[in-house]
Amino acid sequence: MTTTSEAWTPPEGEPAAASAAPAPISPADVAEAARLVSFGLQAKLLPARDAEYGELVRRYREDPPFGRLADAVATGMGLVVLEVSARAGMAVAAAEDSVFAVRMGDYSRRAASESADRFLHGLAHLAVAALAFPRPEDLADDGYLGRVTVNGVDAFVRQACRRLEERAEAEGTNTDPASDAPGLEAAWRVWARRSATGATKDARRLSGSTTGIVSKAVSFLVDSGFLQKTSDDSGGTYRTTARYQLQVRDLAGGAAMAELLDLGVVPVSDGTPTLAPPDESDDLVADAGLPFHAL
Amino acid sequence: MTAIADQPTRPAPGPAADEGLARRLKALACTAPLHDLDSRKVNLAGEYASYTMAEVGLAAIDLVTLNMDFDTGADRDIVLGRLLPRIAAQNPGRAVAEHERVARWVLESLINVGSVDRGFRAVYGTFGPDGAYTRRDYDFKLIEEVPGQDGGVYLRTTDEAVNVLVGALDTDVTSAQIAAEVKLEVLIRRGRLADAQLAAEQARYRTVQYAETLRRALEATRRNVRAVDWMETVPDLIDEALDHIADRYRHENAILTNIRRARDESVDGEHKRRAAELVDIVKDCIRRHTQLQTRLLEAGPLFRAEQDRQAFAAPTARSGIDLYGQLLAPVLTLPLGDATRPTDAFFARATGLRTPVAVRVADLVDLLLTPPVEREHLGAELPEPDLVATPDDSRFSEAQLEAALDLLDLPADAPRRLSGLLADARRRARDLDDEDDRDGDELAYLVALLAVHAASPPVGTAYRQGEERLLFAVDDGTRLDDPGFGGADLIVGSALLDAAGMAADRKDAKGTGTAA
Repeated sequence: MTTTSEAWTPPEGEPAAASAAPAPISPADVAEAARLVSFGLQAKLLPARDAEYGELVRRYREDPPFGRLADAVATGMGLVVLEVSARAGMAVAAAEDSVFAVRMGDYSRRAASESADRFLHGLAHLAVAALAFPRPEDLADDGYLGRVTVNGVDAFVRQACRRLEERAEAEGTNTDPASDAPGLEAAWRVWARRSATGATKDARRLSGSTTGIVSKAVSFLVDSGFLQKTSDDSGGTYRTTARYQLQVRDLAGGAAMAELLDLGVVPVSDGTPTLAPPDESDDLVADAGLPFHAL
Repeated sequence: MTAIADQPTRPAPGPAADEGLARRLKALACTAPLHDLDSRKVNLAGEYASYTMAEVGLAAIDLVTLNMDFDTGADRDIVLGRLLPRIAAQNPGRAVAEHERVARWVLESLINVGSVDRGFRAVYGTFGPDGAYTRRDYDFKLIEEVPGQDGGVYLRTTDEAVNVLVGALDTDVTSAQIAAEVKLEVLIRRGRLADAQLAAEQARYRTVQYAETLRRALEATRRNVRAVDWMETVPDLIDEALDHIADRYRHENAILTNIRRARDESVDGEHKRRAAELVDIVKDCIRRHTQLQTRLLEAGPLFRAEQDRQAFAAPTARSGIDLYGQLLAPVLTLPLGDATRPTDAFFARATGLRTPVAVRVADLVDLLLTPPVEREHLGAELPEPDLVATPDDSRFSEAQLEAALDLLDLPADAPRRLSGLLADARRRARDLDDEDDRDGDELAYLVALLAVHAASPPVGTAYRQGEERLLFAVDDGTRLDDPGFGGADLIVGSALLDAAGMAADRKDAKGTGTAA
């Protein structure tokens, strides 16, 4: 903090005045704060690429009253501020019921009516995140860049499904669902049953297949500024951005965990820093299926 | 005690019998799509009664199984193409387009293209431990579509389909394979080729299945180092597989020698044909083993690279949520109705935000009233390319080449010395009075080049192209005495080639080549 303020020569000792006695908020300050939030809404924009954005991010970090003002503007608009930094810019997420939130019905029309499709689309997003940050450390490490491929995500979930199937078979339980209660079918069966891909008349990806669903998820995340496409290999190869890591770590992961806890299915952690036991060999946890290989 | 009291109310004899019944019902269900083909063919627009669709369907499953590669599945077009002869044989009078339609229809029906899951569902009932009767759904696929490395869609047969196809293949692959090989060897020795072919085909199915098992194991390994026991299980598996391959390779080569003898010594045409088919099958087995072996050898280095990258990275101080272990895996075990809650929660927060579109009426009016931009159907006009003639920078002119070839057009029985040819070349160049040619050196140089080239004549090419004569040059140790060139005074001559004989040889070689 001190080094930055020394490197940057303040005009007419303004920060000193701000820290000594809070200056009254002027309409110009509000406009600037709102401008920063509007930059934050453009998820693909980075402070390094835009001088004005960079300047506002710097002011947010060095001028606490301005920071509080920008936070208030964001909150008022129905946004949650995750982080304001040079690497991620002003990372904002939509609060629940905000106008900025994405609704499943807008995302996929089929998902609105079919509970199986609704689940598959949600699971695809979860699987992309799980494969992008396979170890807890990866999610915690700010410098980590995850990589996912469309085919890799599908294969990864299928493998997990196969394990569950094998386990069920070993236990001798009949996993075939009851015909009259589709909601009681085990979730893994829904993914395993859906075809991985399919030939279509116009050589496009079959949208209902699992690779089609995953590919929709990743291209949506690209539009959100969460992933960047690196190549077309393996159905499309992508790498994560800082914003995606923040969003998954600080928001989505916790929310989904809370739902799971509410259902009473998650084994409660004993408070040790490593949440997953490293020696449990039948679990994919530690270095779950990375779709790329160190060459 | 309560169980005894319950017994009279239970109509089924017991859970074990019930399970057996369920298993048989499932097996029966797997054949249903094949029967279904014949009952549904009346729905096709046109006269299709004369095709036996179940036969085509089984053949399709057969073809996909045999064309499945280690990495990807079978190519759809190849399968359709190979299916055609059988369909055409069923109804030779019909158009090829109709045959193709039948092939596509059968394949699509086996994939069940119309359904969302692209699979089949059968319903069967079981009695629960409390005696309650429950209807259950059994979902299965016969042929599934998988993505290939190149982004294309490939076909693979499922375990269910393989079981329908050859029956009771759900056995220990290794021991079944050995039994089949021994059987095959005995059959060949006794000259019972029809039985031997059946056994060989079964052996090939087992080979495919073995490869499939290993492919899955290796795929799991690639995806996650720690999920697989690299201390004992995988090295054992690889050793076992390599032993198996070495063993089978020796075995199959022995069989190959045996069948080849049977093929060559047999006088009966049918016998010969069967033996030739057997040779093909066994060769295919050997090819598949080699492919498998390559994969096995890659597994070790892959593991070490992954181990390096994943296990030896410096740990970070903080820890995050374990997305797989704490979220994905538990969600998958939940019933569908419950599982949607966490996935919905994740979806709502992990997809990012979308800025809603705000429309101004003024913009809308402008937008609607703007006439669409006329687009030229053929696109912009291409500029006429400005072509520049490239200078002819070849060293020798056409006339020189012609003269040189004329000089070297020697009678077959009269080879000549290079020194004489060079002298001739210089004389001729002077006669031609070529202005570019200084003292005929250029022509002589070309002749020398051609002669040196002929020292290693392209016999193979000439043989393949069926040429009648070939220029050759031999060094007999005599030194070349020439003002312009040094080296050996080559003997240059023409050799006549027996074109007709070569053509016959080629045909023979091709015949034995495919059979050998």
